[in-house]
Parts: sequence; C-alpha cells; structure tokens
Amino acid sequence: MYSRRGRRTNCRLPPSVRSEPNSGGPADEATHSRDPRGAILKAIATTYHRGHHRFAVVLACWTFLLIIAGALVTSNDAGLSVPDWPTSFGSLYKIPRLVGGVEFEHTHRMIAQGAGLLTIILTVWTWRVEKRRWLRVLALAALGTVIAQGILGGITVLYYLPPAVSSAHAALAQTFFCIAVAIALFTGRKWVEEQPRVEFDSRKPSLFTLTLLSIFVLYVQLILGAMFRHHGMSWWPHVVHAVIVAFVLAWTAVRAITAYPHIEAVRRPAILMLSLLITQLCLGFTAFLTRVAWGKDAAQPELPMVVSTVAHVAVGALLLATTVILAIEVWRHVPVAFEERVPQTQRNATAA
Amino acid sequence: MNKKTGWTVMTAGTLALCGLLVLAGCNKKENTEQSNNSMAEQQAQPAPAATPIDPATVATVSGTVKFDGTAPKPSKIDMSQDPACKGGNEAENIVVDGGDLANVFVYVKDGLGSRTFDVPKDAVTLDQQGCKYHPHVLGVMAGQTVDIKNDDQTTHNIHPTPKDNREWNESQPPSSPAIEKNFAREEIMLPVKCNQHPWMKMYINVVKNPFYAVTDKSGKYEIKGLPPGEYTIAFVQEKLGEQDQKVSVAAKESKTVDASFKPAAD
Repeated sequence: MYSRRGRRTNCRLPPSVRSEPNSGGPADEATHSRDPRGAILKAIATTYHRGHHRFAVVLACWTFLLIIAGALVTSNDAGLSVPDWPTSFGSLYKIPRLVGGVEFEHTHRMIAQGAGLLTIILTVWTWRVEKRRWLRVLALAALGTVIAQGILGGITVLYYLPPAVSSAHAALAQTFFCIAVAIALFTGRKWVEEQPRVEFDSRKPSLFTLTLLSIFVLYVQLILGAMFRHHGMSWWPHVVHAVIVAFVLAWTAVRAITAYPHIEAVRRPAILMLSLLITQLCLGFTAFLTRVAWGKDAAQPELPMVVSTVAHVAVGALLLATTVILAIEVWRHVPVAFEERVPQTQRNATAA
Repeated sequence: MNKKTGWTVMTAGTLALCGLLVLAGCNKKENTEQSNNSMAEQQAQPAPAATPIDPATVATVSGTVKFDGTAPKPSKIDMSQDPACKGGNEAENIVVDGGDLANVFVYVKDGLGSRTFDVPKDAVTLDQQGCKYHPHVLGVMAGQTVDIKNDDQTTHNIHPTPKDNREWNESQPPSSPAIEKNFAREEIMLPVKCNQHPWMKMYINVVKNPFYAVTDKSGKYEIKGLPPGEYTIAFVQEKLGEQDQKVSVAAKESKTVDASFKPAAD
C-alpha cells in the first residue's frame, strides 16, 4: 500500500480523486482524503485571480531586476558611494546626482524601495483574496524577508560592508526571489485549476530528495560565491564546490527528464535547469578569467569584469529559482511512494 | 491563522520595522558621538614631553630608489562615469621614470628606542583634484591633522580602510570646507579610496616619528634631523612590498642609502 509521505490517512486514494480541479496546494489536497476516523475533511474552493497572479509575476520580475542592480553595485565597487542609510546624502526623498558609484548604489536603493512597496501590496492583496492559509503565510514570509533584507542592506552600509553581512544580504536577496517566484507559481491558473497528473516515485534516492539536495548545494554555492565577492573568502571553495553543484544538478535534471518525460510540469523546469547550469558554468569560467586571472591589477572595475560577474549572479538567481520550481512541481506531480505499516486487518479496507 | 491574527502580525511587523529604523538612526548618532568623544579625549590628554635632540649633532640620510627591470605599463583609467572628472588617465600604482621609482614611502622603522616626538601643529593637505588624490602617497605623524580638500566640481567620498585605526566614510561636495582628520595609531600603507570614483586610491602612512619621506618623480628622498645612531630604514611601495636596510650615522654625517625594487612576481 503506497501513499504520499507525511499524509495522515492510511487509505489509498487514486490520483484522480486526490487531485481534483481547484485543489490549490497541500492543504487542499489533504482535504479530499479521509482521516483515520472516517470523517471527511472540509474542502477549500480556490479560485484563480488573474490580477493577483499578474501582480505576483511583476513582483518576481522586479526582484530579478533588483538582483541585477545589486550585482552592479558590488561589481562596480560602489557599495559605499552613498555613505548613509536609511537616508541618501541626508535626504529620504531627494535624488542625488547619479554619477560614478552613486548611479549604481542609489538606483539599487530606489528599485529596492519599489520591491518593498510591491511586496506590501501583494501581501495585503493575498490576505484579501486568497483562501489558502499556507499561501497567506507565505506572502507574510515574503514581507518579513523583504524587511529583513532592507535592514541587512542598511547594516552593511553603516558598518562598511562586513563580508558576513554583505554575503547574508546577497543570499537573502535570492531567497526572496525564490519566494516571489513560488507565489507567482502558486497563484497561476495552471496551479489553481489544472488536474495534476500524479505518478508515484519509488526509486532511491527519490527525485524529490534530489531536488532538495540540488537546492541545498546551490544555496551553499551562493553563500561561497557571495563570500568571495565580498572579500570574506578565497575564490577556490566556490570553484571546487561548482563541481559538486554540476554533478548534483545534472543528476537531478537527467533523472527528471528521463523518468518523467510525459509530465510537462516536471520536464520543462528540468530542461531549463540543465540549460541554465551549462550557461552558469560558462559564465563562472568567464568571470574567473576577467576578475581573478586578468583583472587583479586593474585600476578600477572594467567592463568585461562587470558584465561577466553580473551575468553570473543573475543566471545563478534564475538557476536557484528554477530548481525551487522543479522541487515544487516534483512534490506535486511525483510524490514519494512508501509502504505504510498498516495492520493486516485494515489492509483490505481500502477506499479505492 | 485567521484574518485578525494576520493583520495583527502585519501591524506588528511594520511597527518593528519603524522601530528598527529609528534604532539604526539613533545608533549611528550615538556612534558618531562616541567617536567624537573618544577623539576629544585623545586630544585632551597631554602628550608626553618630546625627547630633546641636539640640533648641532643631527645627521641626514638621503638616496635614490630605482626600479630594476622593465617598468610595467601603467593601467589606464576610464573617468567617463563622471563628466566632471578630467584628470590624467593613468593609474599611479607603479610610477617609474627612467628607472627612478616615485611614491615609495621611506621611514625610520627601528633604532629610535623610547624617544618621543612632538606632533607637528601644521596640518598636511590631501587634495582631490581631477578626480585623483594629490599626493598619491602621504606621510603623517600619529595625531597630526590631515586637511582633506575637494577642488573638483563633483562630490567625492573619502573612505580610509585601515587595519589599526578607526574606519570612516564621508562625502565631500564641491566647494565644501576641508575635512579635518587624524589617525591615532601607527599604520603603514593605509589605503584610502573614493567609492564614487573607484579608480581613486591613495595611501596614508602614519608613523610615530618625524623621520620619513616619500620619493619624488626622480626617485629621490631625504630624511633630515636624525640623531646619531643605528637605524633600520624601511622602503615601502604599495605593490612591490617592503625592503629594510640598516644604516649607522654619526653626528652631522650625511649618508646615502639607495634601494632598488624588482618587478613583483606573479
């Protein structure tokens, strides 16, 4: 007898029963099963809100723009060109002359303020229209993350870019990006209205485990890269760990593509992940050449150095977000099968 | 979590953010006040009396610093980020003219024992002109005032990144009064940069004695007023590192101590 790991039910339900239209996520799916005492849990009808979903997509895109703006600040060594925070040259609203490093730093601050505003609106909107409790909590988590991110940005300016704080700022930026992308996914028409095709995964390690491992190694790689960029660590841990990242992500993507080629929601992010991985490895090599090998004695950040490192950060963010999407889709479409230890007397009393 | 709880959490979050912002502002003010206070304390403490030196016996050490090998091509600077910047477009990290090496800081590193020296009352000037620092290498005694001027029609920010002194980062708009600073502790090749113009870099050397010099374009330096004795003279270049030489000077003696730097190994 197989079931989704972590379900409290001991009766097997066919996927068609488990995943009806309008089942918007884990809470909803659980509502379609019976608890051990036989009571039917209350179902939540989730509806698609086009405006809300589009706004979530705008926030995700805006966050990606913000990550690029932040990468430009670091690559141009402009992190302290505006020496104060939360004001800029003593003013909360005046736009300073955007030249030199100020152009990058103040633009980053303005885009960040926009991201904060968009997140507040999205959170309020989610609480007004969304019935899924876990999604409302996720929106709240996005708001908390963006607040924490703003404070980290301020601390790193006030304390002259300590490597640990600057790296935390870089890592939290991509965490927030992943949350924004996930909200855009969960509010999408496909997620809310489609009847997901479900296949149990009995291989070991499971595809879901592999996707979680991929997220973990990518996150470690993100921290190592950020520490190197912010002068807290040498370049070699990031380069050595890139080999591990390449192996784990390639394993995950190949497994997803070969084992579930007919599940579009799994196949597409897996192909994208593999493509982004190859691109990212090429960009990493280019960034290494321009910054470490050729640019170490440069009088100032040069264009090839800036372009390659910013592209490396941007594609890294896309790769992490794509891996998160793959993990979510695998969790939804390819649940882990395991045999439950159900007493023999109850084994025959299956709902199916 | 019901709607009411959600609103409560959101309100609490917003209040917490406001609180943190206020706290950050207050903290910054407190930090500034603290540093001002500590500086005031430093200034208020009476300096120990300087050890007298007989002017009739003092010696002079001078010499030339050479670059042994083919001089590296200076890195190019691109000032197009700021239209107000119209300075020379070559970096000054290794300045060689006919084999003579400029911008080497030369100082008496050892041999003065427990002698103490008066801190000069005159300030030294660090000028920002053409989006470059003048001079590129500066020597100053610990506690001596440095007047930082901005002669450009653009805002600079001056950001020393010391190891042993207090770090600060201040912006200086055009035509603003000079910023007066001093450095309390000895520190050689203390980097100073402008985060608005990333090519702007210079080095301040903070020493406890007045026996120091910086080589000029012809690689020459001169240290006057040394009491007779045995000394270690250090030659420090920002990219090529440090060389030490022992020298012994008698009363009224003038000695020549030359040095030569080889290209840095990659």
